[in-house]
Amino acid sequence: MATDSSTKTAGERKGPKIPVLLREELILNNRSYNWITERICGIVEKPQPKLWWLLFIPCALIAAIGVGFGLTYLVSTGVGVWGNSNRVMWGWPIVNFVFWIGIGHAGTLISAILFLTRQNWRTSINRAAEAMTIFAVCCAGIYPVFHVGRVWMVWFLAPIPNANAIWQNFKSPLLWDVFAVSTYFTVSVIFWYLGMVPDLATLRDRAKSKISQILYGIFSLGWRGSNRHWQHYEVAYLILAAISTPLVLSVHSIVSFDFATSVVPGWHTTIFPPYFVAGAVFGGFAMVLTIMIPARSLYGLHDMITMKHIDNMAKIILTTGTVVGYAYLMELFVAFFSGAKYEAMAFTYRLTGPEAAGYWLMMSCNVISPQLFWWRACRENLWVVMGVCMAVNVGMWFERFVIIVTTLPRMWLPGDWKTYDPSAVDVFTFVGTIGMFLTLFSLFLRFLPCINIAEVKWTLPQSDPHHEDKEEIEDDGIEVIPTYQREIDNGATKA
Amino acid sequence: MSKSVKKVYGYLAEIETPSKLWKACEKCRDAGFKKWDAFSSFPVHGLDKAMGLKKSILPYLVFFGGLTGITTGFLLAYITQVQIYPTVVQAKPANIFTVAAFFPIMFELTILLSGFTTLFGLLGLMGLPRLNHPLFASKQFKRVTDDGLYIAIEARDPKFSPEATKAFLEEIGGYNIELVEDDE
Repeated sequence: MATDSSTKTAGERKGPKIPVLLREELILNNRSYNWITERICGIVEKPQPKLWWLLFIPCALIAAIGVGFGLTYLVSTGVGVWGNSNRVMWGWPIVNFVFWIGIGHAGTLISAILFLTRQNWRTSINRAAEAMTIFAVCCAGIYPVFHVGRVWMVWFLAPIPNANAIWQNFKSPLLWDVFAVSTYFTVSVIFWYLGMVPDLATLRDRAKSKISQILYGIFSLGWRGSNRHWQHYEVAYLILAAISTPLVLSVHSIVSFDFATSVVPGWHTTIFPPYFVAGAVFGGFAMVLTIMIPARSLYGLHDMITMKHIDNMAKIILTTGTVVGYAYLMELFVAFFSGAKYEAMAFTYRLTGPEAAGYWLMMSCNVISPQLFWWRACRENLWVVMGVCMAVNVGMWFERFVIIVTTLPRMWLPGDWKTYDPSAVDVFTFVGTIGMFLTLFSLFLRFLPCINIAEVKWTLPQSDPHHEDKEEIEDDGIEVIPTYQREIDNGATKA
Repeated sequence: MSKSVKKVYGYLAEIETPSKLWKACEKCRDAGFKKWDAFSSFPVHGLDKAMGLKKSILPYLVFFGGLTGITTGFLLAYITQVQIYPTVVQAKPANIFTVAAFFPIMFELTILLSGFTTLFGLLGLMGLPRLNHPLFASKQFKRVTDDGLYIAIEARDPKFSPEATKAFLEEIGGYNIELVEDDE
């Protein structure tokens, strides 16, 4: 069924040779539908490799101790166990909140924006990136929920009539944030789940044990691949992509409003929304690569997550990293050019104050390190890619640290000035959320199809209903030589 | 359990490739069948035209879902902030001119309700979830979520006949033709 059109007629034709520029194949080695099903479902069905256990067990322990113990201690003692104080009322918890929410942005960007722009390479990575989004938002959600102090009163955030007849302040960016993040989480889950229904049906039809037959059966909703269903399904997917695109842009914009609408020097800037969104996409893609590159080697997914995918993601990291760098510099320029002396003081403090190391770490990790991706050799070396992505993960955490912790200790009143130190519980909880994120992700790899099987099949050339008709068309003796950009660059087809 | 007479669901035929499925669907459509369907593990683009299906009405449902969302967002914020509990905070007046500050809430609720309408509207249009389907009784049909492509013509179709339909399926390129029974 899968024939290679390039080999069919070579040698028979006598006409001119024309190199035709082809796109790089998304799935290598002409894989069949069945191979794709076997390979992806095999991850779930076969026993997990040892490395999986080496990841899962320590992460689950870290999550249990960090998040479980940290939060139990916090709830039973009070929010004072965090390093927040009267002056620095937002410390690590909000740093971590913004960090995790930012990580979550790449998933929806890949699944929604790249879908609308017809970037078919997204199909191999969208499922895992969406899962990552959901887990990152779960980690992020912990901080504001527990930051309210009495966590059992958290329902006050929702607009529910209550005995005090007090309503939320709908003009406040903090409440916008509640709506934005909860909507984002809900719509991301819907998007993720709907996209997974056909693949859950695949797992259902292959399941051997009773329990997995029942569970995959329930969650696949009785899906049977009917084209009367696919028709509505594709429209639904398009609509979800269309509503998620403005949603993903709105979420981090609204997160940035928490800062930008305040009258605090260093925060009160109009560049914040685009700067935050670019930073979120940047950090998110770095995290996608950080977890996909190891997963790719661990499960042998090289034919589906190809170097082309990694190359594309590295380019997005380079672009957004440069946008972020522009924002950093513009922020500095405006602070000093505006002549607003408090603004200038705030930035001088960031650059030279006691937390200046954080600022310079952020600059070097986020702006300088991604510049390596200008070179193809760097984008093709997975160690370099992993190194840059790890640097970006660190840098993006420090970006939020710089924004929050170097601003609040130096506000309007010198009598209020303080330095900020996180408490042990802060550190515990943050490390715990990293564990929680990786635990959830490893469970996802274990129980759910980590690549979108249906969509990957759909990108194969033979899935085009007119594929065979195209094969049959005879040309006028012209020999077509399929060529890729790489070969042209190397001068291979110049003859 | 007493033995009961089984009802016939219809004929199920396997088709080799997406291109052949497309052509077979066109022939089914032109033959005037109404109660029939094609099955594949991935969406075959344009097959809805080959099958002669009408456009999905889902976007209209979602439009009204979104409209409900934006109205809810506005009323929620306006009634509570301006009508029942007028508060002046952040120098924003307690009247209609403060509506700009409600936009984020209105926007998010529009998206939220559009998302829910998409999910539930889709399930409604597909008639899912359902616990079972007659086709699941077929052994070969398990491959529909792997690499199998199928066409099924139901016995409910007015044009269905036990012999002619089978011959027709063979003619349009179907093989492994199977009579699927409906559990009663």
